[in-house]
Amino acid sequence: MPTVITTDKLTKRFGAFIAANELTFEVEKGEIFGFLGANGAGKTTAMRMLCGLLSPSSGAATVAGFDVYTQTEKIKQNIGYMSQKFSLYDDLTVSENIRFYAGIYGMSIPAIKTKTTQLLEELQLQKEAKTLVKELPLGWKQKLAFSVSIVHDPSIVFLDEPTGGVDPVTRRQFWDLIYAAADKGVTIFVTTHYMDEAEYCNRVSIMVDGVISALDSPAKLKEQYNAHNMEDVFYELARNAKRKAD
Amino acid sequence: MKQLITFIRKEFLHVFRDRKTLLMLFGLPIAQIILFGFALSNEIKDSRIAIVDYSKDATTTQLISKIEASNYFDIQRTLATANDLNNAFKKGNIKMAIIFPANFGSDLTHTGNATLQVIADASDPNQATTITNYFNQIVADYNTSLAGSPSAAGTAGAATAQPMQIIPEMQMLYNPELRGAPNFVPGVMALVLMLVCTMMTSVSIVKEKELGTMEILLVSPFKPIYIIISKLAPNLIISIVNLFIILLLSYFFLDLPVKGSVLLLVTASTLFILTSLSIGLLLSINAKTQQAAMMGSLMGMMLPTMLLTGFLFPIENMPLPLQVFSNLVPSRWYFIIVKRVMLKGLGLTAVWKEILILSGMCLLLFAISLRKFKIRLQ
Amino acid sequence: MITLDHITKTYNKGQFTAVKDISFEVQPGELFGLIGPDGAGKTTLFRILTTLLLPDQGRAVVNNFDVVKDYAKIRSCVGYMPGRFSLYQDLTIEENLNFFATVFGTTIEENYDLVKDIYQQIEPFKDRRAGKLSGGMKQKLALCCALIHKPAVLFLDEPTTGVDVVSRKEFWDMLKRLKQEGITILVSTPYMDEANRCDRIALMQKGSILSIDTPDGIVKAFPEELYAVRSSQTHSLLREVRAYDGTDSCFAFGDSLHVTFKTGKSQDLLPYLKSKGQTDATIQPIEPGIEDCFIHLLKG
Repeated sequence: MPTVITTDKLTKRFGAFIAANELTFEVEKGEIFGFLGANGAGKTTAMRMLCGLLSPSSGAATVAGFDVYTQTEKIKQNIGYMSQKFSLYDDLTVSENIRFYAGIYGMSIPAIKTKTTQLLEELQLQKEAKTLVKELPLGWKQKLAFSVSIVHDPSIVFLDEPTGGVDPVTRRQFWDLIYAAADKGVTIFVTTHYMDEAEYCNRVSIMVDGVISALDSPAKLKEQYNAHNMEDVFYELARNAKRKAD
Repeated sequence: MKQLITFIRKEFLHVFRDRKTLLMLFGLPIAQIILFGFALSNEIKDSRIAIVDYSKDATTTQLISKIEASNYFDIQRTLATANDLNNAFKKGNIKMAIIFPANFGSDLTHTGNATLQVIADASDPNQATTITNYFNQIVADYNTSLAGSPSAAGTAGAATAQPMQIIPEMQMLYNPELRGAPNFVPGVMALVLMLVCTMMTSVSIVKEKELGTMEILLVSPFKPIYIIISKLAPNLIISIVNLFIILLLSYFFLDLPVKGSVLLLVTASTLFILTSLSIGLLLSINAKTQQAAMMGSLMGMMLPTMLLTGFLFPIENMPLPLQVFSNLVPSRWYFIIVKRVMLKGLGLTAVWKEILILSGMCLLLFAISLRKFKIRLQ
Repeated sequence: MITLDHITKTYNKGQFTAVKDISFEVQPGELFGLIGPDGAGKTTLFRILTTLLLPDQGRAVVNNFDVVKDYAKIRSCVGYMPGRFSLYQDLTIEENLNFFATVFGTTIEENYDLVKDIYQQIEPFKDRRAGKLSGGMKQKLALCCALIHKPAVLFLDEPTTGVDVVSRKEFWDMLKRLKQEGITILVSTPYMDEANRCDRIALMQKGSILSIDTPDGIVKAFPEELYAVRSSQTHSLLREVRAYDGTDSCFAFGDSLHVTFKTGKSQDLLPYLKSKGQTDATIQPIEPGIEDCFIHLLKG
């Protein structure tokens, strides 16, 4: 399997504060990679570096084959991003949102049209194509936001707590979408506070105090920490975290 | 009471920890005064003027060459008739016209007195005063040189003998009273105080709504009136400090002291500040975001203050509906008070009516905002 | 301690119903949880009970005071931590706490023993501004602020949302101690796994209550037999089990699938899976969790 994310001692310092310390890991193509960590552990900083939004202080990393120091524009072309806070434009309709995001990634007008029809079909939103996004239930919005974030067929998609506040059924439907995307070869890089969702990942890394303190498949991690579930693993690793501020 | 003091203290902490806003708050009046100050004190060079000479004698030629020699004026000789002048003024091609009547020179030598006519475009009153003053200076110099000349037989100049005199007759077009010259200081005062008070108050209340802290405050036994008072207190003090900054700047920098009673001026200003604070309070009640509050204060308050106060555009020249409407703008009355007290040195007897109107507005606005201030969420 | 009697609240002039005909009671000293996703109407209920909103219909009583008539009295005896509460970012921990103490007419010293356990955890950072704190610390500070006047009833709207597992655990431990002090607590959360920490819970969805009971009672009311199905290939397993015609419902739960079957179809699953190549699949009956019950109630 080819790797799509490679980092080598990736570090970010803010003055004397080391937000992310010598992160070294690889993510394979089509993998669902869970990126967990306590609040303030440095997850957001690491994610921003990988998305080309923040320049690292030292170390190396490539995302989709592009360097995070020099090729950030290329990286942005090849990744998708979705967070719980930012989803879609509330005052645009469903199809206008799709058209807009496809448009900013430079897709051609016929391609946008086919893609829009295809997406609406996949999400069973054909009837809602002309509905304003603000009138959709939250769960639908999140699913739509995810589909929009991969509208330009990126090789990696970064999901920052995508299922916060969503009901349990929709949450699972959301993961169905993630699986489907992963099957198509899209690499999923996801953060979450739901520990059962950590189990759905192929591999999970857990950051504590700016370093990756564990990285393996959920099964191996549970074995290693002699734990019932990922929640116990996480608790074991993060409870002694020193860092209390973001 | 202790609750109130703690709350007010908290408000001050917010203000002092937000350096950028603080800088803006105190920078605003200083920048305004300096800006307007420069606009006023700047020398005006090469103003285009017209000279119409019906006399064409030695005296007028001499005088014209003196005008030409100064670098204040750029003479457009092509204008020969009154009609030409009229058109040139309307198009803004010339700022001033000097008309020497027929027999100007002979009048001067025979009667010792000659009159010339000066017409200035006073739509920009500052400029009009400045350039007519330049011209008067040239004429005065010429008068002195006439007085000192041998033909006057005098020795020491103007005081001893009755010298020959040229008397310029001034005529200001469009804005005969030359309103505006020192008017901008009262104007800036009204503008700055209004802006700071309404904007700061509405933004600081809406900020708590956005943060979610307003919910807690409402659910606490803390009385809503206390919230209002503590939001107003820091802005009241900041505005009074601002007031003194403006007064000091205009005294030292613009040579514009308070001619009347400082106490009266400060009292009237406090009244105006309270009125503006109440407006800010009113704005905050319906605004949901800080941006909305800010836009509301800028569009809703700044424009009327600039346009309908009378310091940029004379209200008498406005259409009647606007004149009537301007009566509702608090800064209009404050502007009158400041002008009378600060510039003309008049006392309470001259401004009691305006103070009464302002007090009425203040009470009314405060009462409305107090009534409308919500004790629950929408 | 808290009584809701047919409470209904609509927004946009009746176009949108936030909560519909809600009735329940919370006993003194009880830790009561409102469990449900965003849009369930939890926040609306909190705002009605804390006198911030007027209900359209129905009556509510908190600590023997009517939420409409006696709002001033309620305001002095309840503590409230709104969902988006984020304190004054530009004030330090100590300044924030001092401020809220004074607003509620008390001092930190007066009720220090109540907040001591929580406050001690953040005290080393007391001169740090609230904007510079992590989610867990902010949450602790916010709880201190809501507790500082020793309220009879504590309303906590999604206090653990967006907070990591460790802080969430600590937070629920704190609530347990507060309950021992005799404070009645109404708390909401979107995390189903936190339901077991409550004495009683109401499962909510789209403005209505699906079920009210103790966590045990809710689990016992689960009408079907639930099985956990596992294999090394969870993802393909999910597809296969869904395709199986005896499957009634199938949802992923961490490393296993929770499956209910049409009557008598559970035995035939393993052979079916083997025929599809899932040779290491196992099946065992399990006790449902709150989340299983919630999913079941959503279907119903």
